[in-house]
This record gives sequence, C-alpha cells and structure tokens, in this order.
Amino acid sequence: MMLRMDALLADPEVKIIVCCGSGGVGKTTTAAALGLRAAEVHGRRTVVLTIDPARRLAQSLGLTELDNTPRQVKDTQLHAMMLDMKRTFDEVVLTHTAPERAKEIFSNPFYQAMSSTFSGTQEYMAMEKLSQLRSADSWDLIVVDTPPSRSALDFLDAPARLGRFLDGRMLRILLGPARAGSRSVFNLVSASFGAFSKVVQKILGAQLLTDLSGFVSALDSMFGGFRDRAEETYRILQDPQTAFVLVAAPEPDAIREAAYFAERLNAEQMPLAGLVLNRMHETAVPELDAATSAAAASAIRASHPLAAEVLEVHSLLMRQIVRESGMAAHFTDQFPGVPVAKVPAQATDVHDLSGLRIIGAALADAVG
Amino acid sequence: MVTGKGGVGKTTVAAALALALTAGGERVLLVEVEGRQGLAQLFELEPLPYAERRLGEVDADLRLLAVDAEEALLEYLELFYKMGRAGRALRKLGAIDFATTVAPGLRDILLTGKVKEATTRKDDNGNRMYRAVVLDAPPTGRIGRFLNVTAEAARLAKLGPIKSQSEGVAALLRSPMTSVHLVTLLEEMPVQETTDALQELAALGIPAGKIIINGSRPPLLSGHPKVTQAALKRGLADAGLPADQATIAGLRAEANAHLARTALEEQLRTELSHLGRPIVELPLLPDGVDLDGVQRLANILGS
Repeated sequence: MMLRMDALLADPEVKIIVCCGSGGVGKTTTAAALGLRAAEVHGRRTVVLTIDPARRLAQSLGLTELDNTPRQVKDTQLHAMMLDMKRTFDEVVLTHTAPERAKEIFSNPFYQAMSSTFSGTQEYMAMEKLSQLRSADSWDLIVVDTPPSRSALDFLDAPARLGRFLDGRMLRILLGPARAGSRSVFNLVSASFGAFSKVVQKILGAQLLTDLSGFVSALDSMFGGFRDRAEETYRILQDPQTAFVLVAAPEPDAIREAAYFAERLNAEQMPLAGLVLNRMHETAVPELDAATSAAAASAIRASHPLAAEVLEVHSLLMRQIVRESGMAAHFTDQFPGVPVAKVPAQATDVHDLSGLRIIGAALADAVG
Repeated sequence: MVTGKGGVGKTTVAAALALALTAGGERVLLVEVEGRQGLAQLFELEPLPYAERRLGEVDADLRLLAVDAEEALLEYLELFYKMGRAGRALRKLGAIDFATTVAPGLRDILLTGKVKEATTRKDDNGNRMYRAVVLDAPPTGRIGRFLNVTAEAARLAKLGPIKSQSEGVAALLRSPMTSVHLVTLLEEMPVQETTDALQELAALGIPAGKIIINGSRPPLLSGHPKVTQAALKRGLADAGLPADQATIAGLRAEANAHLARTALEEQLRTELSHLGRPIVELPLLPDGVDLDGVQRLANILGS
C-alpha cells in the first residue's frame, strides 16, 4: 500500500505528525522535509520541533542556538525550533510552583543532574514542548522529530517512567516512613525496603540521600502535576489529529525497530500513518540482474574495461536492491495494512533547503 | 570499545574485531550494553542471557555477553552485601529499576564496571581470563557521557563504594589497556560525528583507537572519469547484452551517480585522514551481513 504523503500533509484534521524510528535512518531530515513541504506546498502554518539535529541541517534551518522558541526559517514559511531540555524542565517547575520554591529546586544538585542527564528527560520534555506548542493554538501542523534513544519505543515509555518517578511514591518510601502516604500497602515488604534504603545509602553515600530528600520536599507540590501532564500528552498521541510516521532505512536493525513500534502503536491505538523507507536504491535497468551483469563484466574485462566496470557498478547495485527489497518485505509482510513510502537514496548528503525540498517531493511522489 | 553513529554497522564491526582477536586460539569476550540484543540478532541466536556464552557457530573461543544494568546491580549487591533473597524481592517491586533510574549515571557505572570486571578477571592459574574484551558501545552521540563515569558519579555520590568503583573504571578507561575505535561510513554525518567524538575523547583523556570505515565501495571507474555512450554500447554488444538506448542511458546514469558518490567519498576520506588516527577500510557487503560476512571482515581486521 502506498503512503499518500501530500494528502496527509494537506489534511486539516491532522495537527501533529510524529516522526519516529531508530538512530541513523534520516528521521530529522524526514521531519524537516515534511514540515517544509507542508508549509510551502500546502500553505499550512507549520512548526518543526527538532531534538538533536546534525549541525549542518540545523544551520540550514537557521537553528544556531538552543532557545526553545520557534523561529521562521529564512526564505520559507516554515518555523523551526530545537528543544532545550533543561529550559523546558525549568519552565515546567516555574509554572507549578512559587518562585522561591523554584529557586530552591533549581539549586539542588539532584535537580541539576536530572534535568540535564536523566534518561527519559529528553523524551518527557519533547512531549511537554509538544503539548505547549499545541495549546498555543498558533499552528496548523506540528512536526516532531523524536530523540535519538536507545530504542524508538523510549519516546512512548520514558515520559511515563519519569512521571512515575516524579510522582514520588518510591521516593517517599525510600526516604522514610513519615513520608509514606500509602504505607500499609507496603507493610509486607517493608523489611526489604529497609534493607534497600540502607543499601542505597551505602552505595550512593548519605549525601545523595540528603540531596534527594531536599529535592523531594521541594517538588512535593508538583508530584501530581508531572504524572497528569505525562498522561495528558500520551492521550494527545492517541488522538486522531496525530499521525505517526515511522522512519526506517533498509537495514535489519532499523526495520526491526520499525516493526516493534508499529506493533506498539497498534496496541496503544495510536494512529500510524505509514512507514517511510529512506535510502532505497533504484535502477532504470531492472531486467539486467546481478549475476548476468557480473558474468558479462568478467567476459569483456580485457576488451572493454570501461563497459566492464559499468556492469560491475550495476551488478553491485542490483545486489543491494535485492537485499533492500527483502528488508522492506520483512516489514510489509508483517504489516500489510501499513502504507509505505520508499524514498530513493540520494547521490549526495542532504543538508540544505533545496535538498529538503527534493526529499519532500520524493516523499510525496514515493511509490509503495 | 567500538562506537560510531547509529546505523554505521557498529555491532558488525565489534563482532568482526572480536573474532579477529581470537586468532591463535585466544579467548575473547564480546559485550553489548544497550539492551538491544544486537549480537543475538547478528548471529541469529535466541536473546542472550546475562551470562558469558561461547558462540558455537564459529571455530574460535568467542564468548558473548549482554550486560543488563539491573542484573549487574543485583550481582554487585550480592557480591558486596550478600543480599540474595532481599535483592530478588526488590526486583519484583521494581525497586532495582528505580535505583538504576534514581541516580543518573549509576546505570553506566554498573555497565562499565562489569566490563572492567571481565577485563581484569583471572583464571585459577592467575592468567587473564580474556585476551581482549570488545564492547559494542553506545553510539557516538552518547559515548562521552557513557565513558565519563567518574564525573557522573562525583556529581551524586561524594563518598561510598560507587565512587571508588567508578574511579577504578575511569582509571582503566584512561589506561593503555583501553582503545576506543570509531566506526564510520563515508557519509557526511557519520564523519562529522567521528570528528566530534575524537575531540570529546581527547578532552576526557580516553585513548582513541582506529577509525574504521565501514561499507567501503570498490574503486570502480576510478580510471574512467567519463563514461561515453559509444564505449558502453560496444562493450554491451560484445558481451551479448541488449545495447538499446534505454539500457545504455540507465547504465550511464548509474555509473555517473557512482562517480558523484565516490567523489564525495574521496573528500570525506581525506577529511578523516587529517584526524591523525590510523584508518582501516572494510568493504561493503552488498548482500547484507551474515556470519560469513563477519568472518570476512574479521580477516581484514586481523591482517
């Protein structure tokens, strides 16, 4: 089945497009190309939220600093922004707590570590930013690039994990019975927790627990808030106004990740628009197969060296095409109902607006 | 350690390097730490447990291990605090997940700590258990943070065994026993990340190893910058292949795309050569990576 990208980009009911997939498959480039096409070809007020763009791509979008503000990309109607994880976290704290409290939180070393390095903070903050952009109501379409996680599924799971963590039940138990609101539930295992707390103290040192304790009491008023927000954003992702676009390259890892993700979206009833398969090689001479081409090349190597090497180039290309279609079939056999757009491999790397326009057109013209 | 941008074939190269190091009957451990089960997939095995298992499919003493931070923490607790049953109870409650999450960096300290333990482990005769331990490390985007364990630990734990453990790991990482190899493709972004990662490693004082160019194409047409229609037509006709206009145009377009690509690759190769690290090139495996392919790459790395 073919993914009709222009129809998706033009659909006024589609307000959010989330691009996900494993690292190195061209996710950011795809997100930027989709955003640019939505703005230029379909006239939609579009913003692209990038997480960690490659430097030259960022430059071509005019993203020279992490300032968390959508800015118009020079010579286009597109707006783009780069996520500033720490600043977004600070904003969340500021909206939920009094200024003096916020100051206390900001100076806590535990908060500093968590807001910049906690695994999952990036995903949570990407969701948070998405939710802010959506409620600002100044955009027809928000295109989100997802963080370069260990697993593509982290984008869905990390916010809930962080939300649960900040919700603080474990923290309260850990930090002592006086703070444990629902202590009775844990009576049976309180012995283990006592041991746990002791061990944590031994391993991490008492200083950490002191910092943690300060962090917990400072954040006390916000606990519910974090979880609610994570859940709310999760619901946005289930809304039909959201469309997930899986991005993959014809490599085993990338295809596998895409398949996990497709399964998960199904299970969560999240709207999957289709799969973009980047870097697919193609040929204008499909009837000349790899073996014939290689045999012919050896036969004429001495008499026609140039033609022989051209045939070798073709032979290698055909082998790659066969392998890549096999890879693509892994996915399409498993998910026959998911539309696919195959984007031809570009001869050179894409890192400017004209390159993004070419990719955008290729996405729209792609065959399934 | 083998790192590189996502998608460059890091896992394949790590496996080939480990296999190459088994030459002469040596024992080598190949480790992954990202929970991706990339090794199991590469060798077409069931998911790997948290145990060192010999790979039966090759005629070499290559052992595989998928390190899991939770398992490593439990092992650590058992070793130092003898908390077998309590540890398992904690796990049921999700407390272990919590503990590895509550302290950013704890996860990486546990993972690198396990690598250190395997590297320095001795057998009954007092000899090192492994000639080498090869780590399929996190990608270049996260490698600095992953390896900078002391800084992470120092931010949180000012005292205690985690601090001393992380100091031990840091010392090993900065010693001549460690080498971080960078895998790249001849594409702009992976080359850029290789450059960035080298700077980051230098700043951390961690020794960088080789630059390994993966997926290198054979230097076809290098002596023929211009592919003429006439020469191609004569060759095709002589080979008994169709030499119609469409075929010739199609093949010429492919040849020209190949030439454009190789020109860019040549430029990137030059950029890499200025980074001051030894460079090894591994050929593109056009049919994909299987065990034979890994063996082939291992032979090249070995020589």
